[in-house]
Amino acid sequence: MSTVQLGIKTLLLHKLRSGLTMMGIIFGVCSVIAMLAIGEGASFEAQERIKALGSNNIIVRSVKPPEQARESNNSNGRSRGIQYGLSYDDTARIYSTIPGVQRVLPMRIIRENVRFYEMELPCQVIGTLSFYPDIVSIDLVSGRFISPMDEVYKQNICVLTTSLAQRLFPYHDPLKQIIKIAGNYYKVVGLVREINTPGDRPQSGETEGETMENNVYIPLATAKTRFGETIIKRTGNTVNSETVQVHEIRVQMQDQPYVESADPQIRTLLARFHKEEDYEITVPLQLLRQAEATKRMFNIVLGSIAAISLLVGGIGIMNIMLANVTERTREIGVRRALGAKKNDITIQFLVETIVLSVGGGLVGVIVGVITPYIVTAVTDMNTIVTLWSVILAFGISGAVGVVFGLYPANAAASLDPIEALRHE
Amino acid sequence: MDSGPIIKIEGIERKYVMGDDIEVMALRGVNVDIHQGEYVAIMGPSGSGKSTMLNLLGCLDRPTAGAYWLGGEDVAQMGDDALSDVRGRRIGFIFQSYNLIAQLTVLENIQVPLFYQGQSMQESYERCAELGRLVGLGDRLTHRPNQLSGGQQQRVAIARSLVNDPLMILADEPTGNLDSKTGLEVLDLIDDLNDSGKTIVLVTHDNYVAERAHRVIQMKDGLVDRVEVKRASGEARKKVNKRR
Repeated sequence: MSTVQLGIKTLLLHKLRSGLTMMGIIFGVCSVIAMLAIGEGASFEAQERIKALGSNNIIVRSVKPPEQARESNNSNGRSRGIQYGLSYDDTARIYSTIPGVQRVLPMRIIRENVRFYEMELPCQVIGTLSFYPDIVSIDLVSGRFISPMDEVYKQNICVLTTSLAQRLFPYHDPLKQIIKIAGNYYKVVGLVREINTPGDRPQSGETEGETMENNVYIPLATAKTRFGETIIKRTGNTVNSETVQVHEIRVQMQDQPYVESADPQIRTLLARFHKEEDYEITVPLQLLRQAEATKRMFNIVLGSIAAISLLVGGIGIMNIMLANVTERTREIGVRRALGAKKNDITIQFLVETIVLSVGGGLVGVIVGVITPYIVTAVTDMNTIVTLWSVILAFGISGAVGVVFGLYPANAAASLDPIEALRHE
Repeated sequence: MDSGPIIKIEGIERKYVMGDDIEVMALRGVNVDIHQGEYVAIMGPSGSGKSTMLNLLGCLDRPTAGAYWLGGEDVAQMGDDALSDVRGRRIGFIFQSYNLIAQLTVLENIQVPLFYQGQSMQESYERCAELGRLVGLGDRLTHRPNQLSGGQQQRVAIARSLVNDPLMILADEPTGNLDSKTGLEVLDLIDDLNDSGKTIVLVTHDNYVAERAHRVIQMKDGLVDRVEVKRASGEARKKVNKRR
C-alpha cells in the first residue's frame, strides 16, 4: 500500500469532512476554468467581428461634419443643401500616393426601399466594385457577384444578402427576379452571406456599411447614374439634400506592416484636401490590438477573482489538516514509535493534503469544463474552454495542496513522539 | 555462552527543565544490563522515573547524561532520524491502549513497522499474515481495529511488535486495559514469546504481572531501588500464574 493509497483511505474515513474541504478547491478550479472560458468566448467574438472587417484593411468613411449637422437640424421650413465627405479624387489620391496600398474600394451607401410586387422592405443599396468580396468578408451563396463588365456597362443588376432575399422572396427563387428600387428595376444575379450572421451586430465601428441584414449590392457606376450624388429627403415641409460622392472607402494594404504606417499618411493626405474633418478612419488592426489588450485585462481580473477563491479553498484545507493533526496526534506518536522518521510523517500529511486538493482539482476541472456549456445553453454567450486554463487551474490546485499542506505536515512531524503517544 | 548484554545502560541521567530555573531529575544515574532472552519487569510508584526509563529504553527520548548501548550501538546521542531507524529495526512496542491505527486493517497494522523500513506491502504480506495467524487472528486479517475486542487488539499489537524481529520487546502495561482473563491470555502469549527466545522488558505496577519475569527492577526516586531475581534465565515459571 503506497502513501497515496493510505492518504485516500484516511480521507475516506471522514467522507463528509473531506468532501466539504474539497468544495473550496472545486469551486476555485471550476471558477477559474469557467470564467476564463467565458472571457475567452467574449473576446473571441469581438476578435472575429474585427477580423471580418479585414486586418489588412483601413476603412475611411464619410461623416457629416458637426457644424453642418447642427445647421441642418435648425433649418426648419427651409431647404438646405449640404455637401461633405469623401470624393472619387480621394480614392484616386489614396491609391496613388500611399505606399503599400493594394486596392482601394469606393462604396456608395444609400438607404432606400426595395420592392418586389407587393412586398416592400427598407434596405441599403451599396454601390460597389467587383472586388468587394475580396476585401470585405463575404460568401457567395448562389449566382455571381458584380462583374467588371457590369460596371463598364452600368448594368441594372443586383446582388442580395440571403436574409433580405428570404424576406423579399419567401416563395420564389430570388435569382433572375426583377426588383424595384427608387423607380428603377434591377435583376437579381447573386446571393451573398456576410460572414457576420444576422443578430450578431458589431459593437464598435458600426455604420451603414456593416448592418448586415438587408443589403443590395449594385455596380458603382449604376449607382452613380441611377441615384446621382445628391440625396434629397423631405420631412414635412423641410427639404434636406445631402451630396456625398463616396460614403466609404476601403483601403486594402499589401501587408500588415503597411497598415500602421498608412493610417497617419491617409490622415495627412485627407486633411490637405478637406477643410474640415468630414471623414473618419477606422483601422481594424488597431481595434484588434485594443480587443487583445482588453482581453488581457479581463483575464487578469477574472484570474484574480479565481485565485482568491483558490486561496480561500487552500486556507480551508489547511484549517482541516491542522484539526486533523491534532485529532490524530496519537496516530502520529504510534507511527513515530514504530520507526517513522519526521520526513515520513511530513510526507504522509502532505500527500493527504495534495490528494484533497488534486481530487478537488479533478472534480473542479470536470465541473469547470461542463459549466461553460450550461452558460452557453442558458445565456447564448459564446464560451471557449482552453486547454491552458484547465492545466493552469489544475496546476494551481496542486500547488495549493503543497503550499497549504506544508505547515500542517510540519506541525505533525515536529510533534514530540512521547507527548504524541500520551495524547488522549 | 553469552556474548554480553544486549542492553547496557551506564549512569544514565534524564533532566527536565521546567520553566526557567526549575530542573527535575527524573533519572539520576541508572545502571541496567539486560541479556538476550531475558524477561525483565520494571516496577515502581508513579514519579519513580519508570516512564522516563521506558522512553529511554524505547529510544523515544535521549538521556542528558550516561551511555546506552543497544545491540552494540551507542544510541544515547543519536539524531532523530537515526533513533527512528533504531526503533523501527530493534524495538517492538506493546502499549497499554494497543495503539493500533484505526484506518488500517489488522494485516496493515502489522505491516506498519516494515513499511517504514522500506518494505512494500507485497513483500511483507506473507510474513505479516503468518504473524497474524500466530497470535490467533488468521481469520480477521482484513478487519478494522474497532471490529476487534481489546484482547484481540492487543494480540495485533503483539504481532506488530514482532514483525521487525526486534532485539527487545518493550511492553508498557500491556494488560492495563484488559479484564483479568484476557489479560492472562496476553501475558501467556508474552511468556510464549520469551520462551521462544525473545527479550522482554515489561513496565507494570502490577505485582501479579511482574511475577512472571526473571528479574524485577524496582525503581524509586529516579534510581534503581532494588533488583529482585525471581528465577534464573531458562528456569520454568512459577506455576501459580500459569493458566495451563
